[in-house]
Amino acid sequence: MGTGTVSKTPKIKRRQFLAGAMAAGPAAAIVATTKSANAQAARPAVPAVPQTAGDTQAPSALPRLTTNGKVGGDFMVDCLKALDIDYVTSCPGSTFRGLQESIINYGMNSKPEFITCTHEEISVAMGHGYAKIAGKPLAALVHGVVGTQHAAMAIYNAYCDQTPVIVLAGNVGQGTMRRPGVEWAHSAHDQATIVRDYVKWDDQATNLQDFAEGLVRAYDLATTAPMAPVFVVADADQQEEEIEHEKLFIPKLRKRSQPTGDAVALAEAAKMLVAAESPVIIAGRVTRTAAGPKLIAQLAETLQAPVIDDRARMSMANRHPLNHTERRQAAIRGADVILALEPYDLYGMLNNVNDLIGRPSQPIIRPGTKVIVLGTTDTQIKANITVYARYTPADLGITGDAEASLPLLIQAVEKEVTPQRRSALATRGQKLKEQSTGFMKAVHQQAALAWNASPVSTARTCAEVWEQLKSINGEYTMSSEANFLSEWPYRLWNMDKHYNSMGRSVGGGVGYTCSASLGAALANKEHGRITVSLNGDGDLMMSPGVLWTAAHHKLPILYVVHNNRAYHQETMHLQRIAQRNQRGIERAHIGTTIDNPNIDFATLAKSMGVYAQGPIDNPADLGPAITRALEVVKRGEPALLDVVSQPR
Amino acid sequence: MSRLVWMLGAGVLSGVVGWSAALAQNAPAGNAANGKKLFETVGCFQCHGFAGQGGAAGPKLIDPTPFPAFITQLRTPRQVMPPYTERVLSDQQVADIYAHVKTFPMPPDPASIQILR
Repeated sequence: MGTGTVSKTPKIKRRQFLAGAMAAGPAAAIVATTKSANAQAARPAVPAVPQTAGDTQAPSALPRLTTNGKVGGDFMVDCLKALDIDYVTSCPGSTFRGLQESIINYGMNSKPEFITCTHEEISVAMGHGYAKIAGKPLAALVHGVVGTQHAAMAIYNAYCDQTPVIVLAGNVGQGTMRRPGVEWAHSAHDQATIVRDYVKWDDQATNLQDFAEGLVRAYDLATTAPMAPVFVVADADQQEEEIEHEKLFIPKLRKRSQPTGDAVALAEAAKMLVAAESPVIIAGRVTRTAAGPKLIAQLAETLQAPVIDDRARMSMANRHPLNHTERRQAAIRGADVILALEPYDLYGMLNNVNDLIGRPSQPIIRPGTKVIVLGTTDTQIKANITVYARYTPADLGITGDAEASLPLLIQAVEKEVTPQRRSALATRGQKLKEQSTGFMKAVHQQAALAWNASPVSTARTCAEVWEQLKSINGEYTMSSEANFLSEWPYRLWNMDKHYNSMGRSVGGGVGYTCSASLGAALANKEHGRITVSLNGDGDLMMSPGVLWTAAHHKLPILYVVHNNRAYHQETMHLQRIAQRNQRGIERAHIGTTIDNPNIDFATLAKSMGVYAQGPIDNPADLGPAITRALEVVKRGEPALLDVVSQPR
Repeated sequence: MSRLVWMLGAGVLSGVVGWSAALAQNAPAGNAANGKKLFETVGCFQCHGFAGQGGAAGPKLIDPTPFPAFITQLRTPRQVMPPYTERVLSDQQVADIYAHVKTFPMPPDPASIQILR
């Protein structure tokens, strides 16, 4: 509402200080408030004894001091409860003080529970990680314009990773309702414009009923493929006003199915796949539920086709003999038909793009290879953000959520497989199994390289962590990205449950890992699972406040800091350019290393109440240190190990 | 391809092989201590690791290829490795690095490592 707009249903508002001023309109209210303030300033402190009748009798224009009924914030809590939102992650701020008070007093801080964060980027990134493990969103509550801007990076990561997060943003929409000064700096006419490029939908309701409908719609959209964060403004006055009519209601959330692929197109895909001599399945961002990895395995087994896991989610058991991610390029090069499930950079999967002058690229696939794409990933495109990558042709494109469509595709494939064909597929499967045995052996040989080196090799670190995790029967989540660890967790650990790996951030905004990992820990807590984040030092330094939240809320997470004392990838980039310019790289450490002084992560963690050990630079010390740290985590508390590490 | 051309080609190839073999056996003497310093200052470790173990960013250097192949890869790399031209690294410095790389110990047998079994 603009400042000149007249409300159609004027009501007495809690934030309008003079109860009797309403009849005279807003201007009169401002004047009266000013007079009152001036009068108060001129008076001495409260006198020791009554001086006049005015001291013992209520003044005729007494500011309304209390509310007596249900307030808007309470109704907003009802909305969150109706949507089964378990947690609200937040760094407190005055633009949502009404809602916060309702959460802790009206809602008694239970479903949703307020999780205190030290930065809005952490709040939203926790929502990102939480959704990937819990399979449903939480609400991240951010404070006005400033909180929204802090949150922007994490909203962007969630958008790129197509993950639902409900971002609730406080705002004082009406100028006449703002306190002088900072409240003006923290409010906006159209707050969502800050993040509109990378949310699926946003809403700024003008009344509580609109808020309820907007929030339910936002939840519905966020959790329907292709998923994404949404942004809903919770107006401060709506939060703080008393509810004065009884007609408010919360619409029931539609029980919506995920979109599935067209049956005719799926049948055509099945024909192509069954007839292929060397089909390959590329698994992108497929898994949403426990069914995901099982369905991919079922499809692969029916076809006896290798799967390349893009590690965007936990797509397939890593030790399944048809998981051929280890020979990714060779498998893709040999394919005659490729089925890409929810790929987020298909061009990058099918082509080598070298980081050389001119960025030359060569196709990996052979001429004539047929490509089938099944998913909704590339249907969510906004004009400005280019996360959609290069346009890649396909012989068959099927629009439908891959996980929801897989049962139909598997049925269609089974229908196509004749007994004769089944025999041929079995022969192919046997060969693939033998290949799998071969590369698993090679993995162990590679892991042994630099086994006793200091700084500690990433293979040694991952092997030592895995050795200790074996005792918890697979009840864990490896929450970090593994590309900076040479993918060792995927190569050495046993991952067969849909929550064993959380996949990539995709957006690549540094600071994701430590915060999203904490969100995973929040989701895992009720299941008794342990979350392990093999966390980059640069990433942890973006949001070290996660450690305090982990300790404060007793979240069971093990941070193993991959402390290579550098923004290592950036060192390599600088090295590349310096070499290209033939100037040597002796100065490539400038601006890319994180040493001199070395960061003492154990002391940092201890200062925030987290059990910690380090720096550990002797690989022989690592195993016992992990044992001790895991004992703490098994008790339901966080722990951190600072491991001085090889670069990758 | 005419027989003459084929023979010439074969001759050149055998010459190259012979030259490479000779160089492999007679790699320039290098100073391993200086090579270690260079390995860590000119950034070899960034992709190949301090112990030459390799990883996602570069192959292992333990038990390296013969020197001619080693220096060829440095000067005119295949794939995406940044080139180390003579302007930034002399032949002698490359020899020093090679001498250091040759000192990397062979890994233990994975079967002897309990947690890798």
